[in-house]
Amino acid sequence: MKKEFWRKMGLSEEEYGMIKGILGREPNEVELGIFGVMWSEHCSYKNSKAVLRSFPTTGERVVQGPGENAGVLDIGDGQGVVFKIESHNHPSAIEPYQGAATGVGGIIRDIFTMGARPIASLNSLRFGSLKSKRSRYLFSGVVAGIAGYGNCIGIPTIGGEVYFHPSYEENCLVNAMCIGLIDIKDIAKGVAQGPGNPVLVVGAKTGRDGIHGATFASEELNEKSEEKRPAVQVGDPFMEKLLLEACLELIKTGYVVGMQDMGAAGLTSSSSEMASRAGTGMEMDIAKVPRRETGMTPYEIMLSESQERMLVVAKSGAEKAVQDIFAKWGLEAVVIGKVTDDGYLTVKEGDEVAARIPAKALTEMCPVYAKEAKKPEYLIKAQEYDLSTLPELGDYGQVIMTLLGTGNIASKEWVYRQYDYMVGLNTVVGPGSDAAVLRIKGTNKGIAATTDCNARYVYLDPYQGGQIAVAEAARNLVCAGALPLGVTDCLNFGNPEKPEIFWQFKEAAAGISEACRTLDTPVTGGNVSFYNETKGESIYPTPVIGMVGLLEDISRVMTMGFKDEDDIIILLGESKDELGGTAYLSVIHGLEAGKPPSIDLEAERIIQRTTLALIKEGLVKSAHDCAEGGLSIALAECCMAGGIGADVVLSEEMKASSLLFAESQSRIIVTAHKEKMDKVLSRLSINKVPYKVLGNVGGEDLKITGSGWKVRLAVCDMEEKYRGAIACYMDM
Amino acid sequence: MRFGVVVFPGSNCDADCYHVIDKVLAEPVEYLWHGDRDLKEVDCVILPGGFSYGDYLRVGAIARFSPVMEKVLEHAAEGGLVIGICNGFQILTEVGLLPGALVKNPSLKFQCHNTRLRVERNDLPFTSLYKKKEIVEIPIAHGEGSFVADEETLGLLEKENRVVFRYCDENGEITGIANPNGSLNNIAGICNEKGNVLGMMPHPERCAEEMLGGLDGEILFRSLAGWRQGGDVA
Repeated sequence: MKKEFWRKMGLSEEEYGMIKGILGREPNEVELGIFGVMWSEHCSYKNSKAVLRSFPTTGERVVQGPGENAGVLDIGDGQGVVFKIESHNHPSAIEPYQGAATGVGGIIRDIFTMGARPIASLNSLRFGSLKSKRSRYLFSGVVAGIAGYGNCIGIPTIGGEVYFHPSYEENCLVNAMCIGLIDIKDIAKGVAQGPGNPVLVVGAKTGRDGIHGATFASEELNEKSEEKRPAVQVGDPFMEKLLLEACLELIKTGYVVGMQDMGAAGLTSSSSEMASRAGTGMEMDIAKVPRRETGMTPYEIMLSESQERMLVVAKSGAEKAVQDIFAKWGLEAVVIGKVTDDGYLTVKEGDEVAARIPAKALTEMCPVYAKEAKKPEYLIKAQEYDLSTLPELGDYGQVIMTLLGTGNIASKEWVYRQYDYMVGLNTVVGPGSDAAVLRIKGTNKGIAATTDCNARYVYLDPYQGGQIAVAEAARNLVCAGALPLGVTDCLNFGNPEKPEIFWQFKEAAAGISEACRTLDTPVTGGNVSFYNETKGESIYPTPVIGMVGLLEDISRVMTMGFKDEDDIIILLGESKDELGGTAYLSVIHGLEAGKPPSIDLEAERIIQRTTLALIKEGLVKSAHDCAEGGLSIALAECCMAGGIGADVVLSEEMKASSLLFAESQSRIIVTAHKEKMDKVLSRLSINKVPYKVLGNVGGEDLKITGSGWKVRLAVCDMEEKYRGAIACYMDM
Repeated sequence: MRFGVVVFPGSNCDADCYHVIDKVLAEPVEYLWHGDRDLKEVDCVILPGGFSYGDYLRVGAIARFSPVMEKVLEHAAEGGLVIGICNGFQILTEVGLLPGALVKNPSLKFQCHNTRLRVERNDLPFTSLYKKKEIVEIPIAHGEGSFVADEETLGLLEKENRVVFRYCDENGEITGIANPNGSLNNIAGICNEKGNVLGMMPHPERCAEEMLGGLDGEILFRSLAGWRQGGDVA
């Protein structure tokens, strides 16, 4: 076979040799195409697998860890929370609306494939500067795509994060997360068990869209990427809504043996993975696959990534019952083959064999690479940057206002007002808070969820940045009153073939791993997205952490807004003189340098557990994490969310810029009624949590006093700046 | 009062309406399948929000041809109660039970947020427990909720006092700034001549429990539940 052909499939010479060895012959074009997608990084994780093995993936609540369509955690009473995050970066950079929409559609399918009803979506988005026209185009298209799909299918988009940085100018990041709820006994898996059982394609018809999407996702973007627009799929949320209802109705009947979404690599991945997991084979006649175009070749049918399709293995004899349910929802369910016991994926077109490959060759036998890792040059320079020479700006009030008006800190209202975040009647705390909170109907419980990553920290110290991403996600959940339970991660990096990029990846993964162990939040699955580069320039390393937590008693849900006059404001944790990697440094001084804030995971754990106890006992009235922008911005956010001012004194011996804008980790602002203050403080002392009483809630202004300086800002002025900033860029 | 919630393909607030009636009000409620010509003898039919038939062609345009709608028309003609919320309102205008149309928001975006409404009439089965001119907060969630009608129709609606809810500010004033979607005369909800069919864009089912954002919408459902059967409609 011609070299150009397997090269085009993204395979190396060695890989081509291995394939010949496995088959004992030359593969034909269909087979090579199948190997090409299944051995792509996107499907096989061949470059990342070795590193991902370090993640803690077990725990008493883990019902399903990595390897299935989504992870499942036990939340008691026989119920499980099903969740996963996935990237759709490259399609979104080419065609933002459809790229983002199908990202949402894909992750929702991963959830209901497990038999769970999806109850909420979140996302994590990165774009270039808001000043750039292209970034605004991508940003508005992506948000519209998420809204278009999520709103129509009727699953609320309850939270997420949006960041802007020039490194994402060409290669935006679109990570979509979905959460579902299931009775653990009803979990369905992607297994093709029971030779002789029928295999059905259900849902939408197959077309030529999205062919080679998975391969496309495993290379860098370049000038020619625009030509790959046909590799971007087109979503139909209405079709998926029908598919969702039909699949959940089907699962209740008990006729399902196994079920899998046809996502990346479509029929190819779903069939080979289902067979491989069950240790069986599968024989399919693709002439029977319903198509929306004529003249499709076996190659195209096997590699199509047409959306809203599932592969179902049913119990023998239940074909008619399955078809009736789908017909009720106006959908097709067509038997295309059966489970076999020979371990082979056999693809026929009528009587002719188009491909015949051992199923495990496509999954388990994919080579795993240990890539070379090397500490990048830029790091040494950036970390050694001398921050002591920075000029101290006088007008701190102005700095706070400037920070409140930057895209990364400003309210994301412009975004989430486009999302239906209420449908489903579970949203107790919606977007714009530390974490979103859902009630679980029929119980007193709630689920909290968040997505987090400060990529600037990861860029400046991947290991520490990875730790902080996990710690911050957990802290956000705690501030909502939830016990952090587990993690799904979306690791967005550049080209792993570059040793510097692979080093970032390895270090960040090690940091995440360490933090997940200490904070007792195992990883139940996720996604790796490499090759986020344009013209050789990588994005900032962005390992996004999606985390879910549990509220045993939803009536104890906590919010960040200050509540009443005269409540006492207490800062938990230690404030340090560390301005490295801060928003202040970036926005005000145009510098992305220094070491990111330090973190002590054990101290973090204690502060989180203490805060949670204070909330559970009803001792505090608000809780908010100190993050981007530091203490001053966190205080401003508490004031704005509560619609009330505060009077605060910062007495530490430290320069004002550090007191106000350092992003020291493991800090939480809480408020308490003054009669409960002593009790709170004694709890903090017992648990050895460092704290400072900062002042009290009240008035219409945020007043911060230091030694020799003062800030006074009207809450309504801050709010105008904070809420209007993004709209100002987008609607003008 | 027996309620029925119609399920079209693509309805997504059907379960929400059902939940409020079943769990919050503890009143009897049935799902009504779009393909069945059977209203299961309910007293009040709810056409819920969502994207019936994917909103293809035009919002509500396909749903109006569903078999169940034949029965809904008969039910309404006999004086039975019908309420269309969001997509349900759009369907009611398409099927001709209510005048006017709902078009794209001038922002060209989907908008999901709270709105303030002034209750213009409290002599209807839907609003009997509200105070007249009461200001309530009920959220909207739509991309196509801008109410339009020709001048004559609009004049008639006003003359016959058929505007039930209007977007207003915190003082109950009907202002441009309080109007989230450019609806003519700030119209958020209207009824038919007899007052037994109501269409509204805001979602009362989303604020029927304290934990989820207040009880202003629950009053509407409670008004209905308490309405004397066969009662005299306005």
